[in-house]
Amino acid sequence: MLDATTKDIKERTSGGMINPAKTCQPIGAMYAALGIHGCLPHSHGSQGCCSFHRMHLTRHFRDPIMASTSSFTEGASVFGGGANLKTAIKTIFQVYNPDIIAVHTTCLTETIGDDIPNIIKTAEIPEGKLVIHTNTPSYVGSHVTGFSNMTKSMVNYFSEATSDVKKEQVNIIPGFVNPGDMREIKRLTRAMNAPFIMFPDTSGVVDSPMTGEFNMFPKGGTTQAELADTGNSKITVALGRFAASDAAGQLDKKCKVPAVTLKTPIGIKATDSFLMTLRKAFAYEVPYELEEERGQLVDIMTDTHFHFHGKSVAIFGDPDIVTGMTEFVLSLGMKPIHILTGTPGGAVGSAVGSFEDDIKELVDMAGVKANIQASGDLFTLHQWIKTKPVDLLIGTTYGKYIARAEDIPLVRVGFPVLDRSVHSYMPIVGYRGAMRLIEMISGALLDRQDRDAADEDFELVM
Amino acid sequence: MAITEQQLEEILAKYPSKLQKNRKKHIVINDSSCGAQTIEANTRTAPGIITNRGCAYAGCKGVVLGPLKDMVHITHGPIGCAFYTWGARRNKAKSDDPTQNFINYCVSTNMQESDIVFGGEKKLAKVIDEVVENFHPTAITVSATCPVGLIGDDINAVAKAAQERHGIPVLAFSCEGYKGVSQSAGHHIANNGLMDKVIGVGDLEKASGKYPINMLGEYNIGGDSWEIERVLEDIGYEIISVMTGDGSYEKLKNAHVAELNLVQCHRSINYIAEMLEIKYGTPWLKVNFIGVNGTIDSLRNMAQYFGDPELVQRTEDVIARELARIEPLMEQYKKICEGKTAFCFVGGSRGHHYQGLFAELGIDTVLAGYEFAHRDDYEGRQVIPDIKTDADSKNIPELHVEQDPNRFKLKLSPEKMAELKTHIPLSYYAGMHVDMNEGTIMVDDLNHYETEEFIKLLKPDIFASGIKDKYVVQKMGIPAKQIHSYDYSGPYAGFNGAVNFARDVSMGFASPTWNFIVPPWKEEPLLTGSVNEEGVA
Repeated sequence: MLDATTKDIKERTSGGMINPAKTCQPIGAMYAALGIHGCLPHSHGSQGCCSFHRMHLTRHFRDPIMASTSSFTEGASVFGGGANLKTAIKTIFQVYNPDIIAVHTTCLTETIGDDIPNIIKTAEIPEGKLVIHTNTPSYVGSHVTGFSNMTKSMVNYFSEATSDVKKEQVNIIPGFVNPGDMREIKRLTRAMNAPFIMFPDTSGVVDSPMTGEFNMFPKGGTTQAELADTGNSKITVALGRFAASDAAGQLDKKCKVPAVTLKTPIGIKATDSFLMTLRKAFAYEVPYELEEERGQLVDIMTDTHFHFHGKSVAIFGDPDIVTGMTEFVLSLGMKPIHILTGTPGGAVGSAVGSFEDDIKELVDMAGVKANIQASGDLFTLHQWIKTKPVDLLIGTTYGKYIARAEDIPLVRVGFPVLDRSVHSYMPIVGYRGAMRLIEMISGALLDRQDRDAADEDFELVM
Repeated sequence: MAITEQQLEEILAKYPSKLQKNRKKHIVINDSSCGAQTIEANTRTAPGIITNRGCAYAGCKGVVLGPLKDMVHITHGPIGCAFYTWGARRNKAKSDDPTQNFINYCVSTNMQESDIVFGGEKKLAKVIDEVVENFHPTAITVSATCPVGLIGDDINAVAKAAQERHGIPVLAFSCEGYKGVSQSAGHHIANNGLMDKVIGVGDLEKASGKYPINMLGEYNIGGDSWEIERVLEDIGYEIISVMTGDGSYEKLKNAHVAELNLVQCHRSINYIAEMLEIKYGTPWLKVNFIGVNGTIDSLRNMAQYFGDPELVQRTEDVIARELARIEPLMEQYKKICEGKTAFCFVGGSRGHHYQGLFAELGIDTVLAGYEFAHRDDYEGRQVIPDIKTDADSKNIPELHVEQDPNRFKLKLSPEKMAELKTHIPLSYYAGMHVDMNEGTIMVDDLNHYETEEFIKLLKPDIFASGIKDKYVVQKMGIPAKQIHSYDYSGPYAGFNGAVNFARDVSMGFASPTWNFIVPPWKEEPLLTGSVNEEGVA
């Protein structure tokens, strides 16, 4: 497996990628748009883009992922895609009848410079229907950027401050996480007695139940009214700098809703911060129900610390998820020594901060020396691991090649996970998500210990 | 089961009027009283329609080039295109030298905004250098994505310079996603490139074994080609190359020495088979290794072609042995499948091939179609001269080959050819239409809306298609079988494949999970009581 990868690291300066740890913007925009109720994402580009994104999202969620395409041909690429988009809008409303079409661009239409707002202006849009858009040039950022851009566009198109007095409600931007995570974040917020609007919210859309009927627009998703009302909330909590903070900043700018950007609430510290933020904003004491959960989590962490303490781990995936995971494994006493994201990290001082600086701060505080890279690829990660082996790999399905090549256990976290099921229904966020992560991590490590044990060392109780 | 024209009109009525007329030409209710029925295919999908189609890049790098294991395939473009074609199609490959097997690698130039503005040629050249430095591959391909053509990067010049710099073949493919109307354009671009730059480059003048053949249009999804090869090698064929499942540059370069070319997927490769016949005098035989009967017929036709009694006998022996082994297994699954109906909508030739396998299990295919086929795949090759070339096909460069002065050799006398053509599909394919029953439906480029409508009307027991439809259909309570990726199972080709398929399809029908869709409280009122003479108790 991956036998052509050698330990010998030759510096690569081209900016090309071998075995990437990111994909392109439009898929993130498509996923975010699915989190609006009654919305059909529309890919303005070649058919292949839409097909690839639907394929990938469907494989991750194992649920229908509906989206349409402008079906570019060479002619459209030369003369512009205005006619294609207008035809598409007309056909979509007539045939599929969504409430909203959310257009995102592709590298093709960004390169030829299609002016989407102007095309939308001249399109035939039935009364009461809406077409929104976001620009998602595939040659900038990653799928996380695309998610962030579409979320920001929701603010641009919908959010309105209709009163000077803000409502006692919180906007929650969950970032690029699974519907299982969104459900858990909502449960925590409800337990904190905080009225909230979550956007986008893909729960009830890409984890829809089997009923014997297919609904192209399932029950879930943030409604237009809710999106509009985000401008009246008294605070926005953005969970994840890379996927969520931009939209929160825009809400502040547009509707004067102050924003708090937190880490994706993976693990005990980040969940604590999330609850403390709500506690402060709504002057509501954390209820015993959640205090009990937290206590259970600490109990588990302590009781089983010898399963994972001191184990070295490599983590890769999307920056918000990797940051949360790094903080959590550190709080378990593990040593994250290789940490990588494919998404560009953002320079210091930029809107999204620096992934590498964030991670460095975390590992430095714990006294762990680590390889850290943004805009990295899995070829690099593999070479790091060959040079300095680890006990555990945490990342997406694409880590399975390295896991097999180096014979290390893999805990699947993040997007995409294509070779295991149920993950999108189950949270990794919150205290209960943290319990699940411990179960996964210690299960993987102990399975490995069992597998490698000599008969005489094979333990019944561990 | 048949639907009426009226019902069809009602379905189409939902479309804008221009689209109604357009889609009508892509849908045929099979009716022998109409004589030769024509279908429109390989034309544009209307914007806004939720189609299953992909793009030229997907057909070129994703389908045809990707399986060539000893070449590093570089995608020149932003990251997504490379990412989505990484391990996504299940084209398996193994190598004696694992350091020369790049099947699990994904290389992208990862174009950034500055590359779009200032051009990406230098970056591509550098990525090629890094690939050579790290991997030392036999050869390299470069596939273009949409922006590359738009900004005018000359990938051919970059490839040529790199080839000279590194002394290994570096092939460039201008398969920008907007070219053509579907993956089919990409198959052409890839195959033409391989025909032009790889086949015939090898020094071999004669095959070492008996009955040397190439297998064209077989991509080894789920190990299909390994199962076919198991049987062919057992009979005594020497497989020179496979295009391109588990294929390699090393083998493909000597494909010219074959005595017969088998064509499995007619759609993606028939033109290459034709070129090989023109250039080297090697006839091609349409085969179908999906289904027990398809496999048997194909094996017998091959034996007839070579005409060696020993080969004919060996073929019969192997068929008898395999049948004895698998028939009891198939019988057991047939009991579960018998009497059911299917929709079969796949990319190219599989939309036809799987109908035979369904029939062997007692399942009638009531609707079938192709995602990206051409008219000849529906109606047969005799219509090729009548196919109008539109603007979208014109911009796919055609390759013209001539007889190779040194290597052209007639494999059969013209008389023998003519005689064989009367009973085996030599250089011929009759298409899907002739094999479909009266009243069944052919739909080209079936889309989401039509899928839903036809399901409501015909209520099939199983829907064979791809991942994008799968969960749509299953939400309706109908089992869906992925014929692109086999639901991560396989092989489905050959004798063992038929059994695997029968097992998997039966599993879809027999799974107890379907029984739980309706919760018990939906079937029982909340308040129960009995009615007596005084009224409600």
